[in-house]
Amino acid sequence: MRSFMTFFLLVIAATLQAQDVTVLVAKVKAKLDQVNDYIAEGKMKTDVAFIKAPVGKVKVYFRKPDRFKLQKDGGISILPKGGISINMRSLLTTERFLALDAGTQLLDGQTLRIVKLLPVEENSDVVLTTLYIDEPGLLIKKAISTTKENGTYEMEMQYGNFRQYALPDKVVISFQTKDYKLPKGVTLEFSDGDKPKTEAEKLRNKKGRIEITYASYTINKGIAESVFKQ
Amino acid sequence: MWTLFQIELFKIFRRPRTYIAFAAITALIGMVQLGLKVDGQEYASFVMADFNSSFALEGNLLNGYFVCFIVLQLLLVHVPLLIALIAADMISGEANTGTLRLLMSKPVSRVEFILAKYLASVVYTIMLLVWVALQALFLSMLIFGTDDMFIMKSSYAVLIKSGDVFWRYAGAFCFAALAMTTVAALGFLLSLFAENSIGPIVATMSVIIVSTLLSTMNIPLFNLVKPYLFTTHMITWKEFFDLRVNELNEAIPGSLAYPEKIKTSALILLIHIVVFVGAAAVIFKRKDIVS
Repeated sequence: MRSFMTFFLLVIAATLQAQDVTVLVAKVKAKLDQVNDYIAEGKMKTDVAFIKAPVGKVKVYFRKPDRFKLQKDGGISILPKGGISINMRSLLTTERFLALDAGTQLLDGQTLRIVKLLPVEENSDVVLTTLYIDEPGLLIKKAISTTKENGTYEMEMQYGNFRQYALPDKVVISFQTKDYKLPKGVTLEFSDGDKPKTEAEKLRNKKGRIEITYASYTINKGIAESVFKQ
Repeated sequence: MWTLFQIELFKIFRRPRTYIAFAAITALIGMVQLGLKVDGQEYASFVMADFNSSFALEGNLLNGYFVCFIVLQLLLVHVPLLIALIAADMISGEANTGTLRLLMSKPVSRVEFILAKYLASVVYTIMLLVWVALQALFLSMLIFGTDDMFIMKSSYAVLIKSGDVFWRYAGAFCFAALAMTTVAALGFLLSLFAENSIGPIVATMSVIIVSTLLSTMNIPLFNLVKPYLFTTHMITWKEFFDLRVNELNEAIPGSLAYPEKIKTSALILLIHIVVFVGAAAVIFKRKDIVS
């Protein structure tokens, strides 16, 4: 009887904790919901071993609930493929999810609550999202999303002037890349100077990073639908 | 010398054969442009299949700069054959028509004569490249518009900002001119050894084909001779479309990844030109002209 009571109490405690984190996620979402739309300007850096790209100016458009567009200032933009649209909202667009408390972790001297989000929908591309939440500030500092189609993405956010809207000043997205190779016959390259890659280099080559540093946000001023259709 | 040069230019541009090359280039570039205009997206997705599995590209990928790059990749392998048509005919053509002996009876130094003829073939080569530039670059810019240039190499891809592209094409075309005048020098040298045009033209084409094959094949034995073959260096124009990166893996606009490679290749091509034209001058000076 005593062991049954202990088990019962543990289940109740776990349920209450789960409710706690669900409330926490709801609060974070409510903070994000203050923003109906925004236009952000910043700089994007692409750091992928097999891509040589200069740092470019970007303009990001967002409108509730999930309209998102990243536009390079008059040029070609390279983004990691998949559902991660480089914004917080995309992590919480699934209304129906199961939130699990996974404890806390110290990150950059700050204790963050780890919450694992499991989508209830069977057809969701996201399999699991782990959020590292700054509880007092109601800010997502780090998120790791595992998708069915496009592997695992990691996002790290730094907040500054727009922390009251939960909009980051800097977003770093890390992701896995596949091997890239084109036959030299196609590219007409005759040189044989390519040295075989070491295991460490091969591993490094499989990690990619996109870094966006926002300089300004224009919030809740309205954005025409045509912007997203271009 | 100047008069001789003008006469040679007049002779080149009076022949209908000269314009075959211009017509061929117009047709070739036109075909590529038409194909890319109609089915360009499919071509791009085929070439970028590997890349597209990990990344999404947004923007006008198939713009005039990119189309010009494709055209040059395809064309600069074949343009040498069109140059050989004229350069390899410069002396042998005169010998064939029997005018060489007549020309040599005039009070003109043989070296001057050779240089005037070679310079005329260089002018033809450069005019052919200007025509390529007009068609492949400027016409493509009109048809496909302009944007950043995204090109794919065998082991990496390069994104060049649109404002950073044009000077690269100027450099690439100058380099291509150097490469093509090397071909002209080879054809010119070979034209000394025959009394009809077919032999030198075919010989020049054969040398280019064999050398290109040697340059392309990645076999250790051939790798030893590759650095000395002019065909290996003819494609160095592509180095103008590669950027240097800093320690943070950021590409530096306005930079070249391997400027020393461009310098080395240019030097090797120049050496080839000097050797070919020099040899032509020496051989012609000693040549017993009987036709």
